[in-house]
Amino acid sequence: MSLSLHAAEALRAFEQAAGWEQRARLLMQWGERLPPLSDAEKSPEHLVHGCESQVWLIASQADGQWQFRANSDARMIRGLLALLLVRVEGLRADELKAIDLPGWFNQLGLGRQLSPSRSNGLNAVLKRMAELAGQAGG
Amino acid sequence: MFQPSPWRADFPAIAALQRQHQTYLDNAATTQKPQALLDALAHYYQHGAANVHRAQHLPGALATQAFEASREKVAQWLNAASPSQVIFTHGATSALNLLAYGLEGQFQAGDELVISALEHHANLLPWQQLALRAGLKLVVLPLTTAGLIDLEAAAQLIGPRTRLLAVSQLSNVLGAWQPLEPLLALAKAQGALTVVDGAQGVVHGRHDVRQLGCDFYVFSSHKLYGPDGVGVLYGRSEALGKLAHWQFGGEMVHVADYHSASFHPAPLGFEAGTPPVAGVIGLGATLDYLASLDPAAVTAHENALHGLLLRGLNDRDGVRLLGTPQLALASFVVEGVHNADLAHLLTEQGIAVRAGHHCAMPLLKGLGLAGAIRVSLGLYNDSDDLVRFFEALDKALEMLR
Repeated sequence: MSLSLHAAEALRAFEQAAGWEQRARLLMQWGERLPPLSDAEKSPEHLVHGCESQVWLIASQADGQWQFRANSDARMIRGLLALLLVRVEGLRADELKAIDLPGWFNQLGLGRQLSPSRSNGLNAVLKRMAELAGQAGG
Repeated sequence: MFQPSPWRADFPAIAALQRQHQTYLDNAATTQKPQALLDALAHYYQHGAANVHRAQHLPGALATQAFEASREKVAQWLNAASPSQVIFTHGATSALNLLAYGLEGQFQAGDELVISALEHHANLLPWQQLALRAGLKLVVLPLTTAGLIDLEAAAQLIGPRTRLLAVSQLSNVLGAWQPLEPLLALAKAQGALTVVDGAQGVVHGRHDVRQLGCDFYVFSSHKLYGPDGVGVLYGRSEALGKLAHWQFGGEMVHVADYHSASFHPAPLGFEAGTPPVAGVIGLGATLDYLASLDPAAVTAHENALHGLLLRGLNDRDGVRLLGTPQLALASFVVEGVHNADLAHLLTEQGIAVRAGHHCAMPLLKGLGLAGAIRVSLGLYNDSDDLVRFFEALDKALEMLR
């Protein structure tokens, strides 16, 4: 599966990042790019459980393509969400099911954010995304 | 001025963690282990494991002897009247659950169980669920702004319907000794049973359960530099007599038939199944090690480090401490900064601290916080650990602000 323009841009930026500090600064920059959610969208039904911070994830389908919106009240997870969304934007349901998202974060040098003891919630977000995709696709 | 820990080298994991660029400041969650414990575990497994209280063979006799020697050491550590007052469990949580099930028959619908607003989930949920099962009322003592259980409120709330009081000795979030003496007196005046959760308290200083005068005292080995998988339930003999048997199985039984059985009294009657033999022996070795230290020197060291921690936090703009920590730990939030972001950047810099609700969700909620960062000290920490923590904190705050 080829990367979208934004995903390719993210991969370039993170591959060039030297060390934790640059990666963290990049994460924050990518987080800034995430479009805000309205108060109505930040509803309990969109809340992802199992996160240290509040994370909302909203899925919709148009013309067989997935559209996700997400945000958080914490900045680092916002960056991780932005990197997740650029990877899945515009994917068809079958493509979304086939995609290796942990592999994507590994490519970005952010694999450690997925370790089971991390409570940042990225794992919970991936699980929720798979559930949403499974429901609609099945 | 550098404040070294004279005991740092006794804990080999500290050097190993340092080689991985990790500064361990999460001691209220669990602690690193002294070489004396590692030696005891290796010795036990290398010289022949055996089950306890079952076999007449030599390895069984040796294991039982070592196991029971640990019971005596725990009794001495707590100044209990007798080793038979010490029950080994699988942790503080399982000790508290044992109490919540074993004491159930003592209560009638409408009776009141009293806890406090700062309890760890382990000393909240077993009582909450008991209250729900048995139609009891769970009464929650409020806190003062300093983070102490409010004695004036307690005097109102502990009343004739109070059948049990279960409170922490030292809060795992607020780091403050709780006023046990007046609280226990209030409960005892009503004829209520008293349970002290010593999970944090037992790690700092020596506590005399007879002087405390509680019916039950609970702690876990792993927070006291011992192995995990082992907890201790001390009970006054009279109080232990009120405990109904809870878990059933091997070696707790006196006589068993297909349709009936009679059981041993405490402690064996409450240690169903194979106990964590190696862990209990290891706890004994840890207590021997701890007993060999100069208690005044340990306390002075811990106080000096805690002073440095508080000073450093207070020196920084926007840092807000939770409560008024007296020792061992400090929990804090930073104005305008999400604790998850701070935790992320501290982790990136090899600082092992705890972020989140610290298994005390209602307490954090009551403080109006979703989470906090907690720095907790052990006797092997030194001032360089705190220097590294504060450098990382400053770096994180510079990036986030």
